[in-house]
Amino acid sequence: MTTALVIAAVAIACLATVLLGLHGPPGTRTTSDFFVASRTVSPRRNAAAIGGEYLSAASFLGVAAMLWANGADMLWLPVGYTVGFVMLLVLVAAPMRRSGAYTLADFAESRLESRRVRALCSVLVVAVGWMYLVPQMQGAGLVLRTMTGAPPLVGGALVAAVVATVVGAGGMRSVTSVQATQFWVKYIALAVPALVLLGWWLLHDGARPSPMPPDRLREWATPLAGFGGREHSLYWTYSTMLALSLGTMGLPHVVVRYYTNRDGRAARRTTVLVVVLLAAFYVLVPTYGVLGRIYLQELPAGAAPDTMMLHLPAAVVGAGAATGADLLTATITLGAFIAFLSTSSGLVMSVAGVLDQDTVPRIVPRARRQRLAVAGRFRVGVALAVLVPLVAAQLFHGVSIATQVGLAFSVTASTFAPLLVLGCWWPRLSTTGALAGLAVGALTSGAAAAWTVLGPTLTGWPGVLLSQPALWSAPLAAATMIVASLATPGSVPRDTARTMVRLHTPEELLVNPS
Amino acid sequence: MLSTGDQTTMLALVGLLAALAVAATVVLRALRPRRGLGSIEEQATYRALHTAGLATPHLRDGLTPEGAPRAARPLRQLLGVPALALTDTSVVLAWDGPADHHQDATMEQVSEVLHTGRVVVLRARDVRCADDGCPIRGAVCAPIVSGDRVVGTLTAYAPRAGVGLVRATRELAGWVSTHVELAELGRQRTRTMEAELRALRAQISPHFVYNSLAAIASFVRTDPDRARELLLEFADFTRYSFRRGGAFTTLAEELTNVERYLALEQARFGPRLALTLDIEQEVLSVVVPYLAIQPLVENAVRHGLEPKVGPGLVTLTARSRGNEVEITVEDDGVGADPARVRSVLSGDHGGDNVGLGNVDARLRQVYGDAHGLVVETQVGAGTTVTFRVPRYAPGVHAAPRGK
Repeated sequence: MTTALVIAAVAIACLATVLLGLHGPPGTRTTSDFFVASRTVSPRRNAAAIGGEYLSAASFLGVAAMLWANGADMLWLPVGYTVGFVMLLVLVAAPMRRSGAYTLADFAESRLESRRVRALCSVLVVAVGWMYLVPQMQGAGLVLRTMTGAPPLVGGALVAAVVATVVGAGGMRSVTSVQATQFWVKYIALAVPALVLLGWWLLHDGARPSPMPPDRLREWATPLAGFGGREHSLYWTYSTMLALSLGTMGLPHVVVRYYTNRDGRAARRTTVLVVVLLAAFYVLVPTYGVLGRIYLQELPAGAAPDTMMLHLPAAVVGAGAATGADLLTATITLGAFIAFLSTSSGLVMSVAGVLDQDTVPRIVPRARRQRLAVAGRFRVGVALAVLVPLVAAQLFHGVSIATQVGLAFSVTASTFAPLLVLGCWWPRLSTTGALAGLAVGALTSGAAAAWTVLGPTLTGWPGVLLSQPALWSAPLAAATMIVASLATPGSVPRDTARTMVRLHTPEELLVNPS
Repeated sequence: MLSTGDQTTMLALVGLLAALAVAATVVLRALRPRRGLGSIEEQATYRALHTAGLATPHLRDGLTPEGAPRAARPLRQLLGVPALALTDTSVVLAWDGPADHHQDATMEQVSEVLHTGRVVVLRARDVRCADDGCPIRGAVCAPIVSGDRVVGTLTAYAPRAGVGLVRATRELAGWVSTHVELAELGRQRTRTMEAELRALRAQISPHFVYNSLAAIASFVRTDPDRARELLLEFADFTRYSFRRGGAFTTLAEELTNVERYLALEQARFGPRLALTLDIEQEVLSVVVPYLAIQPLVENAVRHGLEPKVGPGLVTLTARSRGNEVEITVEDDGVGADPARVRSVLSGDHGGDNVGLGNVDARLRQVYGDAHGLVVETQVGAGTTVTFRVPRYAPGVHAAPRGK
């Protein structure tokens, strides 16, 4: 019964994504009564679209599972995911839009006037995109295995196939509408079960307390207590906050959405609304963690903590109303799959774009490039963007979704964040400085991430420093960028002054276009 | 004997140190110019070309007050002289090196070079210096030439102006001249583009202005409200088409203008002319060359639909294609002979669809040859015109929304 419902939910999520992606939502084709001015994407709709793309498996399943497994410190995760947009709002939203850049690599090129910085940024976009895609595919595999017993490859391959179909068919039709819809689907799929379960707890179990021993429970609920044997909680907390609050601005799939805004002002308004939407979403997530502590002392043997939410309805409602529990589980699965698909398609689009634009032209000789159809070239990019993380997802297990996504944030916080912030606000940033800072940030945070995921598990300071590198790698990268820039004033881009004026002047005041 | 925990700790620390060492190496390498090893000739060639390369970016705009001081240092290092001056035809743009009390006399010293375009060698008596410690006792002035004009001078100041220095200075001035000429060429390209835009603006009108006004006149008595509306559209259309400054605009602005244009054409054609727009919302903010789409629509109406008997349909599509946006103008009109279109696009055939060739030329100039117009047509089979613009191209920015 559960299996059938869950399979139906997954099928609905996949089919709806493919159909909407290929044909666009009904009513988007218009005839001559079309008025362009009234059709630009409004900040409200764009905010929902950003939310739809941003809320990934880590937010949907991972955060509640981390809270359940590791205690109150994990409440910083949803805070960090939201604060990231506040930083984006304050520091880069408007200048980024005014630069006219579509991707992070475009911004780097327009600000630093260097193909080498662009190339490095392109490599980083691909690397971060893949890092972020792996947990999405692992999550999908995990959900399907938990609910139907299918091998982990199936879920990942399903996500890969759906995303490749939709993106490979020539981008997504009416992406904004699709993604805005996906946000609301995710929101409802999270809110309805949360409220039902909360209501059930209050009504039926008379607010029953947790079966946990009181001292364990106190430890779970106390900040910085190191529940679950975690060490150096204070460092972990600060490092996570830094990674999440700076990392958001460097996410390739989030940044491209800003291009849709009409101007810098609209970009800022959009970001404010994103913060509101995310707050409304994340305020519900801890409900699952808390209810989990009350009803689920332990998960069934062999189940990954990330599947906690899927086990919760059955544990709360019990055998008395099994069909109800199945429906709730199916709803959560639907939301989770939409999360996998929406985030993955945004990421694949960004990665494939880079592969298509910056890599394929380099490896295919000029003469042959002309003959290679544009659409064909893009599809090669899409295939690569999907297959690499799908394979990588099968190579290791046991690192939670939220941790992996956190590592991707650490990399962007140590690379793109200093580049964007210094690029927007510091006229003395030089090309050499940017290159050096990016390289240092990428190498240190990348090595730490690789060790955490692939290397042997470490304890004590080394383990914490490597599994949450942002607190040392991001300042190191920023300092390198600053010092190297000051040391090489000769490589400050020629048109810096003009670029800075464009980045910071509201569009309506620009009188002398370059 | 270490415990397992300590061992892993050590291992991790070693790994961390290794990562830091790699990072430090990368930084140092990025900061230090690479030294080529090899034979003496190789090293000399490398050093000369590398030093020259340092000056190149500052000469990209020609001899400018901003670029010249930065270019002067590497140029001086190339000659190995104590001081070097760059001038244009009226002032000293840059002086690199000590003893800049000589700077005041420079314009006087180079005036002969500016007039004759020949290299002038100055001896100690010409340079005249009261300071005994001053290293400057001679100079070589060479002209910087662009086309046939002398646009500036390069003067090398040295203790002695020997034959070697004269030869080297002349060669160096020649090298600078090449770069100044390249800059001039770039400026000319921009000017050509502006001229093409002006030409396009000037040639849109005659037919269209006459026809529109005639159509509006026909409504003045029967439907004054519509006439007023159309006149306002006409006013907005002309304001947009004749606006000054800025070769680029957003797709939204350009499409609004296409709508105005078609509203006016519909006044003339009536229900015979229908339009379908299929535009993805997300691409409205993409930057396109100003007047890139309206001429294509005008071409479709005038050469596709006007000669056709019965109703006609123009379909305008804008889709995202990865990092590019594809824009298509399609009509189901009479079509054209592909050979004729080819000659229009190659510019051999002026005729009355200058618009098509002009848009094609501007697109290629801005985005490269891969981004020109693609025209599919056949007599009696309608016409489809497609082009792609990248969402971002270096140096392409929309002008502020027109006032």
